Amino acid sequence: MKGGTIGASTTAIEAKNLVKTYPGNVKALDGLSFSVPAGTIFGLLGPNGAGKSTTVKILTTLSRPDSGEASVAGFNVLRSPDRVRRMIGVVAQKSGVDWELTGRENLTLQGQVYGMSGATLKNRVTELLAQFGLADAADRVTSTYSGGMKRRLDIAMGLVHRPRVLFLDEPTTGLDPEVRAALWTEIERLAREEGLTILLTTHYLEEADALCERVAIVDRGRVVVEGAPEELKAQLRGDAIQVELAAPEMNGRVHDALNRLELLREVTVDGRHLRARADSGARAVPAVLAALEEAGVQVAAVTVARPSLDDVYFRYAGRAFAEADKEAK
Amino acid sequence: MLAIQHSWYMTMRHLRALARQPWYIAFSLLQPIIYLLLFGQLFKRVVELPGFSTTSYIAFLTPGIVIMSALFGGGWSGMSIIVDLDRGVLDRFLVTPVNRGALITGRILQLAVVTIVQAAIIFGLGLILGARFSGGVLGAVILVLLAILLAAPFGALSSAMALMARKEESVIGAVNFLLLPLSFLSTVFMDQSLMPGWIRTVARLNPANWAVQAGREALSANPDWAFILVRGGLLLALTIVCGWLATRAFRSYQASI
Ligand SMILES: Nc1ncnc2c1ncn2[C@@H]1O[C@H](COP(=O)(O)OP(=O)(O)O)[C@@H](O)[C@H]1O
Ligand SMILES: [Mg+2]
Repeated sequence: MKGGTIGASTTAIEAKNLVKTYPGNVKALDGLSFSVPAGTIFGLLGPNGAGKSTTVKILTTLSRPDSGEASVAGFNVLRSPDRVRRMIGVVAQKSGVDWELTGRENLTLQGQVYGMSGATLKNRVTELLAQFGLADAADRVTSTYSGGMKRRLDIAMGLVHRPRVLFLDEPTTGLDPEVRAALWTEIERLAREEGLTILLTTHYLEEADALCERVAIVDRGRVVVEGAPEELKAQLRGDAIQVELAAPEMNGRVHDALNRLELLREVTVDGRHLRARADSGARAVPAVLAALEEAGVQVAAVTVARPSLDDVYFRYAGRAFAEADKEAK
Repeated sequence: MLAIQHSWYMTMRHLRALARQPWYIAFSLLQPIIYLLLFGQLFKRVVELPGFSTTSYIAFLTPGIVIMSALFGGGWSGMSIIVDLDRGVLDRFLVTPVNRGALITGRILQLAVVTIVQAAIIFGLGLILGARFSGGVLGAVILVLLAILLAAPFGALSSAMALMARKEESVIGAVNFLLLPLSFLSTVFMDQSLMPGWIRTVARLNPANWAVQAGREALSANPDWAFILVRGGLLLALTIVCGWLATRAFRSYQASI
C-alpha cells in the first residue's frame, strides 16, 4: 500500500493550518503547515517550546488540534484515527518503555497490540533486539537499562509492526555523542533500505543538517521556512569569513583596506576580530590576506564558514537559535 | 473479540509486573491484618450487646475485613495509571490500535487476582483466630467473588479519576476521602441493628456494605440466595457503569494534552 496521493506527487504527511491552544492561553501551534514527501527523512527543527511535540501528538492521533487538518499515509488524523494508527510507528520525546517488563516482553506486547502473533512476531522481536544491540539485555527487566538502551528499545517498539511512517520526537536528545552517531546511521539505513517516511523533530541544528533531506524550521508554533538544508543555506548571502588579527586594530586601516575589495560585504572590525561575508569564501580569502599584508597588518588566524542552519534560523525567525532555546527553559 | 484478546495481553502485562514485586501484596495486607487483629481484640465483647446478631466477633469481622481490603485494593489501583502516565507507557499505547477498554480490563483482572490472594490470606488468618462459618467452602468462594465484584468498580472508578486528575496527589486525596467513610459507614465493624439510624440509611446505599452483608449471608447456615443475588447483581451493574466511565476517561485525558 502506498502513502496518500495528493496531486501528482506522493505525500506521506500533510499538516494544514494546525492551531492548538493550551490552558493559560499558551498558543502551542499558530497555523502550522508543512508536507512531507513519501520515503524521505523530514526534519521539524526548532528551539524548545516551538511546538514540535505538539505537532507530533496531533499527527499521531494522541491529541487533537483546535482547528486545522492533517493526514498521514493518506488518512485524515481526525476522521480516521484508527486507520492512521495502523500505518504509523511513534517514538515520543519521552520514553514509553514499561520498566517492569523485559526488553523482549515490551516488544512482544507492542507487536501483539498490532495483531502480530506466533513465529512471525517472535522472529521480528529477535531481529529487532539484534538490530538495536539489545540481544544480550533482551531478557532483563528494563528498569536496569541505561538511557541509551531505553531509547533504542523505544525505536525498536516503534518499528515492530513495520509502519509506513515513523515519527521520532527528539530521538537523540540527552544521548552521548557516540550513541547519537550510531542512531543517526540507523535512522538513515531505515529510510534508505526500508523505504520508510521518517518525521524527525530535533533542536540540534547539526542533526537536521546531517540527517534530513528536507526541514521545516518551526518557531512559536509556525513554520517560518521549509526546504532542503542545502537550498536554505544557499539562499543566504554567502559565506562568513572571520579573521583574527595578531593585535587589536584601532585606526581604521583594516576597514579601509578591506572595503576596497569588491568581493566582500558587511565588513565589521571589533578589536582583534574581523568579520565579512563573500559569495565564495574560498575565492575571497587570498584577496583578504593580500590586502591585509599590503596594509601591514599581522594575521593570527582565518576561518571560512559555509552558512549554517543557525544562520537560516536567524534570518527567518529574527533571533538567534541558542537564545530562543534558552529563553524557553 | 479484539477487546477480549487485548484484555488478555494487558492482563498478562500486569500479572508479570505483579509477579516481579510480590511484596506489593504483602504490603497491601498490612492494614487489613492490623485491623483484623486490633479490632478483633478491641471489640471482642460487642457481641454481648443485646441485638448483636452473632456470638463470635472474629467470625463477624473476618468477612468484613476481606471486603474492606478489596475496597482498598480497588481504590488504590488508579495509582498504576499515574505510573503509566509518568513513564509515557499510556501515551505509547494510545497511539496504537489497542482497544481502550482493554487498558482498563487488564488492570481489573490483575486486581481480581490480587483480591483472591488477599482474601484467602485474611480468611485463613480469621480461621486461625478462631472464626468458624456454617456456610463452608461455597460460602467462602462467594465471599471472594463478592470481594472481586467490589474491587472491580472501585478499581475502574479510581482509574477514571487518575485519568482525569493526572496527578498522584489528587488521586491520593480523593481515595483517602472516600475509602475510610465507606468502610466505617457499613457493617464491616458493627452490626446493623446497633447502628444509629442515619448510618444505617447511608450504609444501605454503600456498595461496600452490599458486599459485606451478602458475604456474611453466604457464610451463614441457611443463606438467603435472593438477598445475595440482588447485591451481587448491583455490584456487577456498578462494575459495568464504572468500567464504561473509565474507558471514556481516556478521551478526557486525550483532550487535555
Ligand atoms: N499539555 C500541555 N499543557 C500546557 N501547555 C503545554 C502542554 N504541552 C505543551 N505545552 C506548551 O506548548 C508549547 C509548545 O510545546 P511543545 O510542543 O512541547 O514544544 P517543543 O516540542 O517544540 O519543545 C510550550 O510553550 C509548552 O509549554
Ligand atoms: Mg518536544
